[in-house]
Amino acid sequence: MQDLTSLIQQALAEVAVCGDLASLDEARVRWLGKKGALTEQLKSLGALPGPERPAAGQRINEAKERVNAAIDARRADLERAEVERKLAAGRIDVTLPGRGEERGGLHPVTKARLRIEMLFRRAGFDVASGPEIEDDFHNFEALNIPPDHPARAMHDTFYFPDGRLLRTHTSPVQIRALLEQGAPIAIIAPGRVYRVDYDMTHSPMFHQLEGLVVDENISFGNMKAALHGFLKAFFERDLQMRLRPSYFPFTEPSAEVDMSCVFCGGKGCRTCKQTGWLEIAGCGMVHPNVLKASGIDPERYTGYAFGAGIDRLAMLRYGVNDLRLFFENDLRFLQQFRTF
Amino acid sequence: MKVPYSWLAEWVDVPWEARELGSRLTMAGFELDALELAAPEFVQVVVAEILCAERHPQADKLQVCRVSIGQGEPLQIVCGASTARAGLKTALATVGAKLPGGLEIKAAKLRGVESFGMLCSAKELGLAETSAGILELAADAPVGGPIREYLELDEPILELNITANRGDAMSIIGIAREVAALAGTKVTGPAPVEFVAGHPDEIFVSLDAPAACPKFVGCVIRGVNNRATTPLRIRERLRRAGVRSISPVVDVTNYVMLELGQPMHAYDLGKLRGEIRVRLAHAGEPITLLDGKTIEAAPDVLLITDNEGPVGLAGIMGGQRTAVSLETTDVFLEVAYFPPAAIMGRARRWGLLTDAAQRFERGVDPTQQERAMERAIALLRPIAGGSPGPVTVTQSQDHLPKRAAVPLRRAQLERLLGLALDADRVRNTLEALQMRVVPTALGWEATPPAYRFDVTIEADLIEEVARIVGFDAIPEQDALVPQRFRAAPEAVPLEHTVLEALAMRGYQEAITFAFVAPALQMRLFPDVPGIALSNPIASDLSVMRVSLWPGLLRAAQENQRRQQDRIRLFEHGARFVVEDGATREIDTLSGVACGPRLPEQWGVPRETRTPADFYDVKSDLEALFVGTGARDSFTFEPASLSCLHPGRAARVLRQGREVGFIGELHPSLVRELDFTYSPVLFELNLGEWSSVADRRDFAAALSVEKPQHREISRFPQVRRDIAVVVDESVPLSALADRVVFTASTLLQNLRVFDVYRGPGVETGRKSIALGLIFQDISRTLTDDDVERLMASIVADLRVSLNAKIRE
Repeated sequence: MQDLTSLIQQALAEVAVCGDLASLDEARVRWLGKKGALTEQLKSLGALPGPERPAAGQRINEAKERVNAAIDARRADLERAEVERKLAAGRIDVTLPGRGEERGGLHPVTKARLRIEMLFRRAGFDVASGPEIEDDFHNFEALNIPPDHPARAMHDTFYFPDGRLLRTHTSPVQIRALLEQGAPIAIIAPGRVYRVDYDMTHSPMFHQLEGLVVDENISFGNMKAALHGFLKAFFERDLQMRLRPSYFPFTEPSAEVDMSCVFCGGKGCRTCKQTGWLEIAGCGMVHPNVLKASGIDPERYTGYAFGAGIDRLAMLRYGVNDLRLFFENDLRFLQQFRTF
Repeated sequence: MKVPYSWLAEWVDVPWEARELGSRLTMAGFELDALELAAPEFVQVVVAEILCAERHPQADKLQVCRVSIGQGEPLQIVCGASTARAGLKTALATVGAKLPGGLEIKAAKLRGVESFGMLCSAKELGLAETSAGILELAADAPVGGPIREYLELDEPILELNITANRGDAMSIIGIAREVAALAGTKVTGPAPVEFVAGHPDEIFVSLDAPAACPKFVGCVIRGVNNRATTPLRIRERLRRAGVRSISPVVDVTNYVMLELGQPMHAYDLGKLRGEIRVRLAHAGEPITLLDGKTIEAAPDVLLITDNEGPVGLAGIMGGQRTAVSLETTDVFLEVAYFPPAAIMGRARRWGLLTDAAQRFERGVDPTQQERAMERAIALLRPIAGGSPGPVTVTQSQDHLPKRAAVPLRRAQLERLLGLALDADRVRNTLEALQMRVVPTALGWEATPPAYRFDVTIEADLIEEVARIVGFDAIPEQDALVPQRFRAAPEAVPLEHTVLEALAMRGYQEAITFAFVAPALQMRLFPDVPGIALSNPIASDLSVMRVSLWPGLLRAAQENQRRQQDRIRLFEHGARFVVEDGATREIDTLSGVACGPRLPEQWGVPRETRTPADFYDVKSDLEALFVGTGARDSFTFEPASLSCLHPGRAARVLRQGREVGFIGELHPSLVRELDFTYSPVLFELNLGEWSSVADRRDFAAALSVEKPQHREISRFPQVRRDIAVVVDESVPLSALADRVVFTASTLLQNLRVFDVYRGPGVETGRKSIALGLIFQDISRTLTDDDVERLMASIVADLRVSLNAKIRE
């Protein structure tokens, strides 16, 4: 019997230098295989005297286990190294851009409109719509604006040869909604409107938001609460609001809606022309003549209506300083609003 | 309207300084648009007296003046104005003065003569647009005093926005009345000046159209010197109110109009022939106006005429024939009342939005004509002299407006405002507005003053109360909203989900004008008539779009011009088509794609850098169609639209009904419009506007079928691929229809994974590679099952489509 200790040393030394799994396997066969050097030692047990055999057998088995353990450990090392090598080889540049289509986006005016619709729906309003080519009745007459009324001068109207026109405001939807649905009603009607006006601050096509609430006891105080609530929600700001008496033929009393400037908080800046206030909407209690023209009994029902510029709301919300940008459709402009 | 503070203060005690006054008026409905001083900033300009003025030794056009400013030695000033003369009091900018526009005055030598300041014209002080000569001040001007003080140039001027219902407030007296109501004071104003007629001459006036002119007050004034100079004080008032000084007579009529809101007109008596007749025009009757323009009146237009014809467009503008000139010595003054209905809209026909027309069409006090006449005469005589005749009043009482008492119920006031008010407060407020108030069982009855044309119903009174009490006093109060669950059909997709779907496929939403260039639209859609506007803002924005493509193509063009090489745009909006005489407003979703299939990037196959084509865009549409839950209900068939490539255009059908188009822009248009890449366009009809309820517009092309769960087979799928060679003319849809028909329910899916033309396939034929996926819901399909199925599919294709199977 060879000296076990030196065999073990020799085996461990060989295992330790195995550089890959194949040579490690060869080493295992060489030492622990059926004809392996240590296995051969067991065969030599028979040559020993009977009483010595158990102890010698145990020593040999212990030697095999030691070598086996060394091989396992070495295998684990080699496998780990192999995985690491593969991982190292598979390393990518995570800063390279992703592949595929890029996201486009919605127009900022649409974003503002959808946000407005969402806020009003949550407050119990329905969203209504009307045609953009209107007739004189819905756009003017039923809104208490007879022909030659000076208020028509404020509505530079696009006409068609047959007397129809492009709606100058979304207010005709008030009439249509009341005629169609009657009272009680709570709607907003966002949409495109048109006026013969084209300069720094006017576009011949722009977007308006109409609101109409008619019920048995709707008050001016209700209107104030709704408008203030909406403005605070839309701008996510605890802003101030004030109503100034004004004149619209289709409401009485009528008011202009000012809110504290969202840029300076009311201290005065260029946007608010140092007044601290921004004019943001017109509103009023629906004129009895309008209710009558829409088949509603003004003795039983009262209501309020308001109109605001969606484009202006979008400009203030997103810091757009020129209305015309909205209709130039410059991708570099539009792409600034690709948010959810 | 511009309101000089001092003028207002002449008519009412104003307890507030200008800014506070402005905000009070703003909150009462007269918005302060601007607050300015009577003159732009300047310093060190004083009243000076010219002691002597002599010709400059070296220059004909200059004078050397000795000028006193009250203290120290007289100053030597070189002046270019020929009007500089000894004894004149004028304005001197002393050395160190800063004038409007930034000019700084220094001691200087002018042609060898030293000058220690500059004598100023009104223009140089920012008091006039033009001026001839230096400022001429009254003889009692205090020499040495600052000119700003003497002329009250630090007077604030309020520019107020007067709403169309408040004609009565387009005057100093009107604003004074509002201030009085707000401040609880009274309107005063200058004391009336009585006069005695100096001669008996009158002009006879007949009112032929008493409804349109129920009152005409006239007066003949003889011996006027219209070459006199209107005093600086009045000229300044006019200027501050935004009116140019012309001559004493005209200045006075303008002054009275600004002060009392009563337009007046002065005729040159020497040019008037016979009597005055106020009548409606004959159709086409011509009249030449003060501004030299000749217009043709219509029968609803009121004229002032004499025996020879029209001398004025009533309430709008006087005629040229009888216009007052500097030579005029005898004048006939007209102060009339024309009700709004007689004037409204007329002036606008000829673009004559004169101060008079604006006031008459909004309503002028029908009781103040005599007062206005007296005021005018009182103002004119000290300026231009003249002897007035009797003031003649011609009127038709029956046609003069009468103010009716308007009931105001206390309960309605509270209900409409959401505010309870003390009864005295209501009454006092209305009385402060000069209404006659009588208590009634339910509240009050208020009779508005003659000048208030806007108070006719209860709501008007409620507004008046609220306006003066202040809208701020009305508390915000949430309305009670009942829980009402409105219908929300799942069949109508939410708008933002559809828009977002396109956005996620790379499209950017655009908003283009609904009116487009007729030339481009005609070029794209020669057979679809667009509705033309009567008054377009520009010729290339003059016809309503029949498709969203003209606008999108223009937007794409402009983006290409801005060096964007890859453009994906879509728009959601109405287009306008005429069918059988009726206009249809069709809610439309359209898009354009041009440029590379994918954004420029690394590591993708070269094909993705080629321009997007029909199939790329078709895939975007299919993504939308999947969202309807009924992708199979959509079919595409070749279509010919003149703006699209004849071989690359399709009509989109849903259950056989046309819902839109898709195709590549016609190559000749690609060239004409100068596109680098051929744009591919799509347009889907989402529905037609028919009702305010809901946004049903989304229902048509993209209405959603509610998903219904189907059992998923637990048995394995089997896939078989075949390459089918058919004639070029056979579309995939025909091939797929046959396969689906033969395989019936066992076919789970049919995929096209290649289309091949070339070696191995005869010319005029193509090979389509299909992947067929079979599965049964109740058992595992055996090889035998599948082979039999394949055999019958192949057999059918051979017979029905003359197909060959490519091995």
